[in-house]
Amino acid sequence: MKLLRQSLSSPYFTSLATVALLIVMFAMGSFAYTGFFSLQVVLNLLIDNAFLLVIAIGMTFVILSGGIDLSVGSVLALTTMISAYLLQSWHWPPLLVIACVLLIGSAFGALMGALIHFFKLQAFIVTLAGMFLARGLCYLISINSITIDQPLYVTLSQARIDIFGAFVSPSVVIAVLMLALAIYIAHYTRFGRAVYAIGGNEQSALLMGLAVGRTKVMVYAFSGFCAALSGVLFSFYMLSGYGLHAQGTELDAIAAVVIGGTLLTGGYGYVAGTLTGVLILGLIQTLIAFDGTLSSWWTKIVIGVLLFVFCMAQRLMSLGAAGSGSATPAMPATPATTAA
Amino acid sequence: MLRNPLLRPLAALALLLLIDFFMIPGFFRLEWKDGHLYGSLIDIVNRAAPLILTALGMTLVIATRGIDISVGAVVAISGTVAAMLIGGTMEMHNGIPEYASRIPMVWAIAAAMGAALLCGVWNGFLVATLGLQPIIATLILMVGGRGLAQLLTDGQIVTVYYKPFFYIGSGYLFGLPFSLFIAIGVFVIVALMMRKTALGLFIQAVGINPVAARLAGIRTAALIFFVYMFCSACAGVAGLMISSNIKSADANNAGLLLELDAILAVTLGGTSLAGGKFSLVGSVIGALIIQALTYTIYSMGVPPEVNMVVKSIVVFAVCLSQSPEFRGLGSGWVGLSSGAARSRSVNGKKP
Repeated sequence: MKLLRQSLSSPYFTSLATVALLIVMFAMGSFAYTGFFSLQVVLNLLIDNAFLLVIAIGMTFVILSGGIDLSVGSVLALTTMISAYLLQSWHWPPLLVIACVLLIGSAFGALMGALIHFFKLQAFIVTLAGMFLARGLCYLISINSITIDQPLYVTLSQARIDIFGAFVSPSVVIAVLMLALAIYIAHYTRFGRAVYAIGGNEQSALLMGLAVGRTKVMVYAFSGFCAALSGVLFSFYMLSGYGLHAQGTELDAIAAVVIGGTLLTGGYGYVAGTLTGVLILGLIQTLIAFDGTLSSWWTKIVIGVLLFVFCMAQRLMSLGAAGSGSATPAMPATPATTAA
Repeated sequence: MLRNPLLRPLAALALLLLIDFFMIPGFFRLEWKDGHLYGSLIDIVNRAAPLILTALGMTLVIATRGIDISVGAVVAISGTVAAMLIGGTMEMHNGIPEYASRIPMVWAIAAAMGAALLCGVWNGFLVATLGLQPIIATLILMVGGRGLAQLLTDGQIVTVYYKPFFYIGSGYLFGLPFSLFIAIGVFVIVALMMRKTALGLFIQAVGINPVAARLAGIRTAALIFFVYMFCSACAGVAGLMISSNIKSADANNAGLLLELDAILAVTLGGTSLAGGKFSLVGSVIGALIIQALTYTIYSMGVPPEVNMVVKSIVVFAVCLSQSPEFRGLGSGWVGLSSGAARSRSVNGKKP
């Protein structure tokens, strides 16, 4: 009993729970469906969700800093649209296009970050407007889907990299490199520590002499960069640019971050947890696909249930940390979206 | 007078209507045809009704420092439940069309509203009882709720063939759209509750400082619970209106992005997302601004795709205009002089 309470109140409880859940779900799938237990099924999770992983990494930083970024899905769509347009209509070299869209994504994020920091606007409403803006810009370029037939993009979309008899796509390699870089940034750099400090308490971070403003702007710029990179990966995956691409991805990304054990109030969580969050979302879809009798609507319901379970776990954890004697507060102490 | 918080949204609406007056011929013309009023203004008000309703509910939620992003899903659920229970057929008996519903419409509407209220209970439970952060608590229903609605209909669009049901969304009463009366009715009830009882004050108190409100003896949890239920109920009515208007329920698209429009309407109306002071009239004006903007864009022959860009620019402009820091940019000398005054007074207090 004591052990249970200890593990419940340990700071990485939800992260451990996520990993355990991932293993249990995979084991269940392996017992229930033939052909499920294979390396390729695991790698397919990564192949299908490489773009979500990259976008969720950016979202992790934003949420760690106590903010939220609702624009990422539309920035992804805008990236695919701009890439397709530059490649197909203007015939720019692909590497220049990629550099260009990454720059646009970062600038877009930085601009929103600047609005949030310098004019003390709510992250929620600014990124919401950013979401409308980016989607709208997509339709200004074209309301139809643009197919990409640029040779490099086609090659990258069909390339297979063999691993122990199974294969991954180049996008997975990029996403995993990005994950490694993000883990390094979050846990081993001054910037990463500043992000955690701001998420914990912005006032304290300011009094400690941390560059709060610069860090906040950089966090949103990083999220914009991740969204643009994810858009590049998505255009490898789909070989098209379209304004309706990846609708609702921002919510998937937030769900992945929460399931991965990052607190939405900011200041606590692991970037690596986001990987498990993304894998769980992917695994739900794979399980439903393997089952074949469940309709795909179940995906959303299961994600909703999982979100609920993990929020409850976080709540239990924070109650455990605050001591069992304290009365349940009627409101969360510091809503992340409502800066004081 | 100049400090009235409603001044800015009203000015925005007036500006929009002024642009319409010059750009769209016959914008203000109202016609009386077949016992109904016709015209652009009626059209805008009619289409804005569901948004007004959701914005009213959202206003109270935001006033308590919360946010409800599940209203779109609630719209889908309530519309789907109503449409599935009514179903309906039209049969010809001796040349007279007769409409039959699967179950009496009253029961179907009651069931739809019950489903919406259940959603509100769920949200309220998560936010008020468990103390989850509002955005994430309602995210659960936003993701899961639409899935539930899609599961009910198997992803298909459920068509309704029952004429009395269409009255909610497209009927006319005294020559005006019936949906307008629903919106006005809800507005009057809420406004009376907020003005004539202490409820409005309590909600403000919770929004400004939840801990202080609780210590002052306000039953914070019960209040927040009520607010989320009310918000879902409003969304439920909006769902009935929308499904009645399009004569079907589309679980995939009904109410999609409605939560964002509702939040936008509330913000445009001058209610701060940080909680506390709120304005119901402001939210109604905000909803009208959004609908008038959409109407203007459509009728000026601008491609509808521009709608989102314009909307986002309006949001940025309104948010910036509400930011003291931004206003301080233009009048830097005011800040300097007040700073000088402050330092003088500090010096003056020195012994």
